Amino acid sequence: MRGILERLRGWEGLLLAILIVVVIFNAVSTPHYLRLQNQINLFQLHIEKIIVALIMTFVIINGEIDLTVGSVMGLAGCVMAYLSEKGVPFEVCLLAGLLTGVLAGTINGFMVSYVGLTSLIVTLAGLIGYRGLARVLLENRSIGNFPEWFNRLGQQPLVGPVPLALIIFFILLIAALIILQWSGVGRLIYVIGNNREVARYSGVNVRRVKMTLFVVSGFIAALSGLLLAARLGSMRGDTATGTELEVITMVLMGGVSIFGGAGSMLGVLLSILIILNLRNGMGLLNITGEIQTGVIGILLILSVLVPNIWRGVKEARSRHRVKRAHVED
Amino acid sequence: METLKRYLRPEQLRELSLVFLIALIFLFFGTQIEDYFSPRIFNRVTSDMAIIAVVAIGETLCLLTRNYDLSVGSVVGLTAFFTGKLLSFYPETVPPIAAVLFAVGLGAVLGTLNGVLVAYGRVPSLIVTFGTMAIYRSTIVAFPAGTKNVVTHELPEWIINLGRTNLFSIGGFDIKPLVAAGLVMFIIFQLMTSYLRFGRLLYAIGSNPEAARIGGLPSQRIVFMAFVMSGSIAGFGGFMFLTRYGDLTPAAAQGMELMVIAAAVVGGVSTNGGSGTMIGALLGAMMINLLQQSLLRWLVISNFWVGAFLGLLILVAVTVDAVIINRMRDIWARRGAESETVGEKGISEKKGKA
Repeated sequence: MRGILERLRGWEGLLLAILIVVVIFNAVSTPHYLRLQNQINLFQLHIEKIIVALIMTFVIINGEIDLTVGSVMGLAGCVMAYLSEKGVPFEVCLLAGLLTGVLAGTINGFMVSYVGLTSLIVTLAGLIGYRGLARVLLENRSIGNFPEWFNRLGQQPLVGPVPLALIIFFILLIAALIILQWSGVGRLIYVIGNNREVARYSGVNVRRVKMTLFVVSGFIAALSGLLLAARLGSMRGDTATGTELEVITMVLMGGVSIFGGAGSMLGVLLSILIILNLRNGMGLLNITGEIQTGVIGILLILSVLVPNIWRGVKEARSRHRVKRAHVED
Repeated sequence: METLKRYLRPEQLRELSLVFLIALIFLFFGTQIEDYFSPRIFNRVTSDMAIIAVVAIGETLCLLTRNYDLSVGSVVGLTAFFTGKLLSFYPETVPPIAAVLFAVGLGAVLGTLNGVLVAYGRVPSLIVTFGTMAIYRSTIVAFPAGTKNVVTHELPEWIINLGRTNLFSIGGFDIKPLVAAGLVMFIIFQLMTSYLRFGRLLYAIGSNPEAARIGGLPSQRIVFMAFVMSGSIAGFGGFMFLTRYGDLTPAAAQGMELMVIAAAVVGGVSTNGGSGTMIGALLGAMMINLLQQSLLRWLVISNFWVGAFLGLLILVAVTVDAVIINRMRDIWARRGAESETVGEKGISEKKGKA
């Protein structure tokens, strides 16, 4: 256990070092970078993704994956837009959007926890299916015309220079930190991710924990979808396509194991900051979004490859020692 | 029933039920859509599904070893785009065979990178191919040539014609050259996975990677090969993509990996490795495409329902696999164990199944 903790501390240290390098590089190359407005923009441009990344951390540590988040974001926004176009009171539309997310999460959770299917495939089906439903609702149209206050919430600062979405992110971040690292539920999530069978035989209600996580994941994705709708001011059937990839990249680069059971909220936070700052810096240097995504893809692979090689070298050395001992026997 | 049990394995039963379902879908839409029973639907489905079905061959190889290749969509896009660029820069000098080899070779290089990272770098395939999916896609625009689209009128004549002409047709049923090539590939890979040592190793490694490693099977090499093959096949898929569409943007074939995995999964290829067949993947691709093509022409609901139906289809397929097929497989395995004690026949049967 101490070994794992030490390794994690090492990983987080590395992330912190990378972050510092990126920040210094950005600050030196563009004076505009350090201004408060740019710092807020840096979060605001990807705020929906980083909110979803918080819950995704829980899901992956628990040994599952949720590929539907991008589609649920789109679907929730589209349900909201569709209803508001039909003249339904706007508060009801928002509620319906959130409920859509809960429903989608319930379906995912049910198929994974109670039917016992692999979450990758269930949520792959969801990724295609929920996106399909969003397209059914809006077809090729783009729906805007949301109430003035809703757009203002998404686009204007709420408290001082800080917009609503950023406040939501920080509240959720603190909640996530406390729940995952310092609460009994958090320990359960790690235990299940480490070994589902052992957890089950120890009397942990594995199904209920997994179910809850998927429902919350659906809800948070829907919330992010609505925030995105407010920020963009309109919805289309394909809004938020591919979000799941970036979200999962953020989580995995934060040192969360794809097999579950290992990782920390702090690591994910650092990884989020690295990706945001890297994107911001590259953006200020006029590097296109496509290339930015490629660079982050490289980082993702390296983040797992480098520790692997390091461990491989160590193992080879100790194996060599064992072999020599055998020969001497 | 007993004789039926003796000759039918769960996989075959699953494939038979897919054939049955495809026939059912076909008959249903026949009653709904006018002029449905014509060679046209056959021509449409075959030429439309060819690319996805071919790429699904490589994906199945990876899935059999309990790995995923999420980068195939980007590989198809990248090879299609750069082969298109090559041909529009040198429309006269590049012979067709060189263009095909270029596409396959480029795919092989990309697959090799995946394979090295997964097999020798020991990075989970999900992470590797997640990353390379983004990397390969951004590679297209990273080159100066990638900033301008591939357009049909710059391409040489033969590549446009390749997508249009028929190899032969029987009473209105057209067989396009690339459809025929895809079919040949399916036969080759089906034979390879069922009879060759390499093919059987894919199943052995996928059903229990840990046991395969401890048992001394060349796991790393086989997984590496699976990824190289998947890349090469996706490269060929890229060539097919180019001949079919001609006009390409850097976003060409984006999201194709989902359709490919969907085809394999609907066809009964397990994402837990070690089970599934090429024929199954082909049937899966066929079913998805028939559904797509039919919904496009069905007037009762809008064709935007395609995605929603597809998601449902995958969910139903994996649920059926988990609930029914796996239970049947247990029954079969028990029977196999019983007959093993009876005599040689059981053992040889079991060998065929492993």
